[in-house]
Amino acid sequence: MPLGNELLQYLLTGLTLGGIYALIALGFVTIYTVTGHINFTQGEFVMLGALTSISMIKLGLPMWLAITVAVAIVGIFGAAFERVVIYPARNSSVVTIIIITIGFSVAIRGVALLLWGTQSYPMQPFSSGPPINILGAIMNRQSIWVLLLSIVVVITLFIFFERTVMGKALKACAINRLAASLMGISPQKMSLFCFSLCASIGALAGIFITPITTATYDMGLMLGLKGFVAAVLGGLTNTTGAILGGFLLGILEAMGAGLISSGYKDAISFLILLLVLLNRPEGLLGKPERDRV
Amino acid sequence: MKTKSTKGFLQRNLSIIFFIAIVILIALLIPNPYYLGNFVIIGIFTIVVVGLCLLMGYTGQVSLGHAAFYGLGAYSSALLTAKVGFTPLLAMVIAAVITGIVAFLIGIATLRLKEHYLALATLGSGIIIYIFFNEQVNITGGPSGFSGIPYFSFGSWQFDTERSYYFLVWSFVLLAIIFARNIVSSRIGRALRAIHTSEIAATCMGIPAFQYKVQIFVISAIYASIAGSLYAHYITFMSPSPFGFQASVEFVLMAAIGGLASIWGPLFGVTAVLFLTEFLKTVVPEIMPSAGGEYEIIFFGLILVIVMIFMPEGLVGGIKDYFAKGKIKKLAIKVNQDLAEFPENDLPSDRNKGVQ
Repeated sequence: MPLGNELLQYLLTGLTLGGIYALIALGFVTIYTVTGHINFTQGEFVMLGALTSISMIKLGLPMWLAITVAVAIVGIFGAAFERVVIYPARNSSVVTIIIITIGFSVAIRGVALLLWGTQSYPMQPFSSGPPINILGAIMNRQSIWVLLLSIVVVITLFIFFERTVMGKALKACAINRLAASLMGISPQKMSLFCFSLCASIGALAGIFITPITTATYDMGLMLGLKGFVAAVLGGLTNTTGAILGGFLLGILEAMGAGLISSGYKDAISFLILLLVLLNRPEGLLGKPERDRV
Repeated sequence: MKTKSTKGFLQRNLSIIFFIAIVILIALLIPNPYYLGNFVIIGIFTIVVVGLCLLMGYTGQVSLGHAAFYGLGAYSSALLTAKVGFTPLLAMVIAAVITGIVAFLIGIATLRLKEHYLALATLGSGIIIYIFFNEQVNITGGPSGFSGIPYFSFGSWQFDTERSYYFLVWSFVLLAIIFARNIVSSRIGRALRAIHTSEIAATCMGIPAFQYKVQIFVISAIYASIAGSLYAHYITFMSPSPFGFQASVEFVLMAAIGGLASIWGPLFGVTAVLFLTEFLKTVVPEIMPSAGGEYEIIFFGLILVIVMIFMPEGLVGGIKDYFAKGKIKKLAIKVNQDLAEFPENDLPSDRNKGVQ
């Protein structure tokens, strides 16, 4: 294969990966801006979405219904998680919250292991047919679904934040929680809603990637970490940054895996992260922060 | 005169003497080598977690990559003794130097970052080192590992039984705790706590905050490295799996459960976590007979969450709080009585004005 084709192939693979990373990163960024917490459970929402939808399909539901039910279940789970775990600890230090969310994600992984075991579950692609040939590079049909999903989610979120009362209330909380509560917006309710929303987005990402990668009980760990890396690359407080960060990470990872070594694929993405953090700690699109004394 | 200073020495070191007594008592009371083996692991983890507490509890810097330093120590010791033929003690020192240098390089690069960013940067460094263990197959043997690491020895004195290794490891734990205690109660310790409270204020007081942060990062990495060396000579087989992200998280959890800002906390944290894990491993299969995997992590995670919600200061802090509550009540009553004796206008009224 000529180098140009090869690069195009890696680019397409990277876009698929990037779409998933971007969606997970969106979850991190939305929760961080609205509540000020880093939620390391985000990756487990992805895993729960994927495995729940597979179980629903096994129960005999048609695919669209199985996906809807799975996303709803994970959304409710996200809300319950916020109420039971995050809410009582909301005034704790940053490190405590990080430890709590990591601890809870360990527990979820354990429950998933109990329910689904260690085997990996395949899923039918959403549309059947041979892979599509784009200028000599090959793209799965499912990859197109993933890209479509990320575009649709981003546009929906944009409309939601700009055009609806609920979205604007969330945005107000993100800008200034105290001022928002003075205007009659309850930051606690917003936090609840926000966790539910981000859990659903995570679940969707998990369901759409499953036909390509299959689903296992421990898929959430690496996906969650990569999503967090993407979020930080983009600046952690910036939605556009999260999406860009996601795609950038996906593409660089695919290029690194293809051109350098697939074993070092994850090392490459973390190395990029370190380089960005060292030169621009505020991320690619974030504004530099000054400490207030 | 002499008796007075001896008494003072005893008082200051009461906890240390108590500790030594318990270590010897455990060795006497437990004849079963398998159970003593558990205590060897507790000792090794305690060394790592004491170092981590110096960094996290006292200086306020998060590290989610400490398992990598533990692994660097273990691999360096293992390779130097099994493949180069160094004595274990020399290998341990060289391993500590190598780990120290790596930690220094990572430290000067990442310690300018704060909170989430520092957590992520240390996590990233840890994962990169872990991937190296896996991928450098011609050196480390890759995922399948290598064996043939000799037991620890001083000259002709070989530590090849559980009991002798138990005493070896716990002597190191004792040294680790004494060293950490000396750091914490020294000038450096006060500077570290000042950095924890407010880095900017500390810098204004003339504390070279960044320099101290890098130094304590290197020291805590060397703690992990020495623990790793001890682990390598105990297990005598090396593979990358105990040094991944999961292990880093477990170290942080042990530190947090014990109580981050305490010298004895790590001992309680590690013991509590490892006993709990062993307990769940035996109990969970009886409650859920169909379960056969690592289901104890469910309860492990949940207990961690509960401890962090209700005892954010960890077990040691939580227990202290419980006993302090009564004292605080008494103190509050006393303060109220004292205040009642003062006329109103004598109270300092400019307390909240601060520096103008």
